[in-house]
Amino acid sequence: MGLDSGDTAWILAATALVMLMTPGVGLFYGGMVRRKNVISMISLSFVAFALVSIQWVILGYSLSFGSDIAGFVGGLDYLGLKGVGMDCGDLTVPHLSFMVFQLVFAAITLAILTSAVAERVKLSSFIVLGLLWTTLVYDPLAHWVWGGGWAAEIGALDFAGGTVVHISSGFSALALALVIGRRIGFGEYDMEPHNIPMTLLGAALLWFGWFGFNAGSALAADGLAANAFVVTNTAAAAGALAWLFASWVSGKPSSLGMVSGAVAGLVAITPAAGFVDPMSSIVIGAVAGVICYRAMLFRIRKGLDESLDAWAVHGIGGLWGAIATGIFANEAIGGYSGLIYGNVEQFIAQILGAGAAVTYAFAVTFILAKIVDAAIGLRVSEEEEYVGLDISQHGETAYA
Amino acid sequence: MKKVEAIIRPERLEHVKKALEEKGFVAMTVSEVKGRGEQKGITLQFRGRTMEVDLLPKVKVEIVVEDKAVDAVISTIVDAARTGKYGDGKIFVVPVEKAVRVRTGEVEE
Repeated sequence: MGLDSGDTAWILAATALVMLMTPGVGLFYGGMVRRKNVISMISLSFVAFALVSIQWVILGYSLSFGSDIAGFVGGLDYLGLKGVGMDCGDLTVPHLSFMVFQLVFAAITLAILTSAVAERVKLSSFIVLGLLWTTLVYDPLAHWVWGGGWAAEIGALDFAGGTVVHISSGFSALALALVIGRRIGFGEYDMEPHNIPMTLLGAALLWFGWFGFNAGSALAADGLAANAFVVTNTAAAAGALAWLFASWVSGKPSSLGMVSGAVAGLVAITPAAGFVDPMSSIVIGAVAGVICYRAMLFRIRKGLDESLDAWAVHGIGGLWGAIATGIFANEAIGGYSGLIYGNVEQFIAQILGAGAAVTYAFAVTFILAKIVDAAIGLRVSEEEEYVGLDISQHGETAYA
Repeated sequence: MKKVEAIIRPERLEHVKKALEEKGFVAMTVSEVKGRGEQKGITLQFRGRTMEVDLLPKVKVEIVVEDKAVDAVISTIVDAARTGKYGDGKIFVVPVEKAVRVRTGEVEE
């Protein structure tokens, strides 16, 4: 197919929109930690972006989108972007722009994972773990779903990364949190967010960038992109209101809950954005807001310090989104029908794909984290944790 | 009257507030401060270099009470603020000549 300038313009813009989500995650998380760790938290997202930007062009793109090896991983055909150029191939956009659009997805996925290690990770260990994780967890998963791997073969749908981005980062965060252990004082004293407006700003950037994330995944400036745009906004709004009301019942309607609900709605609509209609997206977003809120309460009750709730919001939201795609997919939108239209097979394919991603992401991350912990230690010393990571890892302080 | 000034770890503030409230001492002034004790803060050994963090964040809790309540306030704060490690803080007791309630002009001596 030939180059379409409209499609190309949109994909380049969408890529830039998604890029902004990664520092957005940093601000979202940064406001939720204590003031002594805010630079560390935002920096981890920037570090994730920089690391994956290099890993992806050297190796990651090839492992994800190279020619299929046993349904599990891509080959090395695109190593160092060999053969990835300005031509379009089967697309209407340059191969390079498709590659960089996928790069920003890989980067934000690693940034989401920093939730698990907030306020206690050694920067050096995060760099090592991040490289291993994106290579051994993200890249194969992206291949399974998008690169022609086994999940694509069985017909599992993931429009913009519910499984690849959110289930993978969410359940990996849970595994990583179990290995690194709780923060000192967790459960003993309050660790209140130090700057909620910063978190709201981060959430706003996420919501904004998500239009590129989902509508860009149409890979064209067309009606499907418009549908993805509308369902994305609708689900986010439904999620925000659902979490707000759910938390209102048991206390105050917190702004933090509201934006967490918006993110939950955005996560859940991500795999479905190209397959469902706007009315379904209200249900998908609202259910996401409620179940992610319940998952967060469950985590707190269990004393798990998956500090900033990547598991509850991205893991559980992504899992629900994958299943919801199998329920609500409407043939008139994306050519596939789900359970409510009588297609049980799609529903089963969604469960298989999501279940495998949960298991793979959790297990491999757990093993990688154990290895890195044994080799170089994941955590800072107790004194460094007490003083805060801004000073101990960066030699900087955020506020006078 | 005496003013009890307690310099404590920030993370113990909620415990101290709760413990004081349970004993009936509700009024207090709290400020975020920085300081160091005789250990001169913390020395971090960090990838071959040494970093001194000599002024650590602390919280100052100020409570003005009658003389006879001072010991109870002190023991409550000590119990609630202690972790047993260096940096738990210090308590100072200073005399107060007079207290005036701004709303009513009422004077306590």
